[in-house]
Amino acid sequence: MSLRMIMRDTFLNRLTQLAAADKDVVLLTADLGFGVFEEFELAFPGQYYNVGVAEQNMTGLAAGLALEGKKVITYSIGNFPTLRCLEQIRNDACYHDLNITIVASGGGFSYGSLGMSHHTTEDLAILRALPNMTVVAPCSAWEAGEAIASLIDSSGTSYLRLDKTVADVKSINKFILGKAIKYMDGSDITLIVTGGILKEVMIAAELLKKDGINVRVIGMHTVKPIDKKAIISAAKETGGILTVEEHNINGGLGGAVSEVCMDENTFPVTFKRIGLNDEYSSIVGSQEYLRTRYSLDSSFIVDSVKVMLERQ
Amino acid sequence: MTEELALKIRKHAVNMTSTGGSSHIGSILSIADVLAVLYGSVMNYKADNPKWHGRDRFILSKGHAGAGVYAALAESGFMSEDKLKTHYQDGSDLSGHVSHKGIPGVEFSTGSLGHGLPVATGMALAAKINKEKHSVYVLMSDGECDEGSNWEAALFAPHHKLDNLVVIIDRNKLQSIHSTEDTLALEPFVDKWQAFGWNVLDVNGHDHDQLIKACNSKVVGKPLCIVANTTKGKGVSFMENEVLWHYRSPQGKELEAALNELENDNA
Repeated sequence: MSLRMIMRDTFLNRLTQLAAADKDVVLLTADLGFGVFEEFELAFPGQYYNVGVAEQNMTGLAAGLALEGKKVITYSIGNFPTLRCLEQIRNDACYHDLNITIVASGGGFSYGSLGMSHHTTEDLAILRALPNMTVVAPCSAWEAGEAIASLIDSSGTSYLRLDKTVADVKSINKFILGKAIKYMDGSDITLIVTGGILKEVMIAAELLKKDGINVRVIGMHTVKPIDKKAIISAAKETGGILTVEEHNINGGLGGAVSEVCMDENTFPVTFKRIGLNDEYSSIVGSQEYLRTRYSLDSSFIVDSVKVMLERQ
Repeated sequence: MTEELALKIRKHAVNMTSTGGSSHIGSILSIADVLAVLYGSVMNYKADNPKWHGRDRFILSKGHAGAGVYAALAESGFMSEDKLKTHYQDGSDLSGHVSHKGIPGVEFSTGSLGHGLPVATGMALAAKINKEKHSVYVLMSDGECDEGSNWEAALFAPHHKLDNLVVIIDRNKLQSIHSTEDTLALEPFVDKWQAFGWNVLDVNGHDHDQLIKACNSKVVGKPLCIVANTTKGKGVSFMENEVLWHYRSPQGKELEAALNELENDNA
């Protein structure tokens, strides 16, 4: 990887502070994090274990540790800490409502060149389906740091999806789990986005501004529990909602937002979801390349907004 | 005393699976002696304070034999015997597969195989980190050893010298359809655990003295694996070594015959 993983670095810096302050914070990695965790390991004996390439055992271990009062982080990349051990997450972690934070580095096409096995594009939908689970996909490095601090201090099991590409944004408001952040205000239409792809949305919003279109941009770092108020306000105040996620079109952020609209009897005039069109990518490339290839980039977002506004 | 407890567990289990019309009586009878030894002799616990921190922990990984644990807990003072009558009934929290919710004394819910050992290993690791003295016991089935997750934990526990962890394997050599050896051969079974770095003891899983001695044979720096050689359906002759009784619920004359046999053989 040529680019530094800024979101991961911020996560680790914050986690290091948390581990120093609380002996019960324990980090498990399934043999990933070369050049990342060495200092942490040295600094915190008894708070770091490389469990080997064994995600099922890692998650079971996490449950055992958490039952004894530890605040456990399981770490790996892509789909390994989630889909490989999904039943351990469901039965061992969620059913027992244990304080375990599952961290996946490499959301969406972060590891685009590594191939389909490393494309993390169904995680939000799958984990969102589990009771007792909080699902967070930070949009910026700042959000990633705030998220890990909040998740470790909250009870229950959670999933933290770290991205390679990030939006360079920070909120003046406090980061609160389940509360969306308004990164740009506008009244023409609302873009609701989760994850580092907020970067594309911010670029699109600036381009639209030049054309006299003022969009509202909502960063929805917490996909579950989702911020219903922000969605309802967007539908009522701006008329249209466009969701953007680096994830399959089914069941993720767009699905969650549409569920809220229907359940709350609040129907935007126009609604569109941008995401992967229910497919795997056998094509490889950088995160930016694949976003363009699969119509997730700023230019596609700009075009989509214009089409929606014509119908509004 | 533990023999008496084993008989009570067996009788409860026969009645519970009959009333509930539920499966797995063969699996429960197979481990009744192990449960009796653990709850009647080996483990430290306080029934009136189930979360007492110094207690030994127990996880039933073969969760389908949950009725056996419920019976052991009721006989050990964690809940009333009356509650056992609700097993498998509408609205009950005594589920077919062992559940911790609402059941004092159950540490962990299982039901899907291959989950108990990794979790028990995590509990044992926590005790080591915290420098605590209690032990963690996990009871698995032999068929369950088909699950790869167990072998991940089997690598981890000796690597981290978790000598506070005790695995007891119910080696009745029968699994869901055929024998373990016809399905996915486990032998040489003891050698496998030894090769993974465990202190392994091969005992008669119905001999209480052997089981108690084995549980007290911990070796510093190594987790303990007790291969408890058992008979599925033990104590009811027509259920012994019959896969059918993994599924069938004893009713009418079968129920009567099973209870009579248990009573008379132990009179």
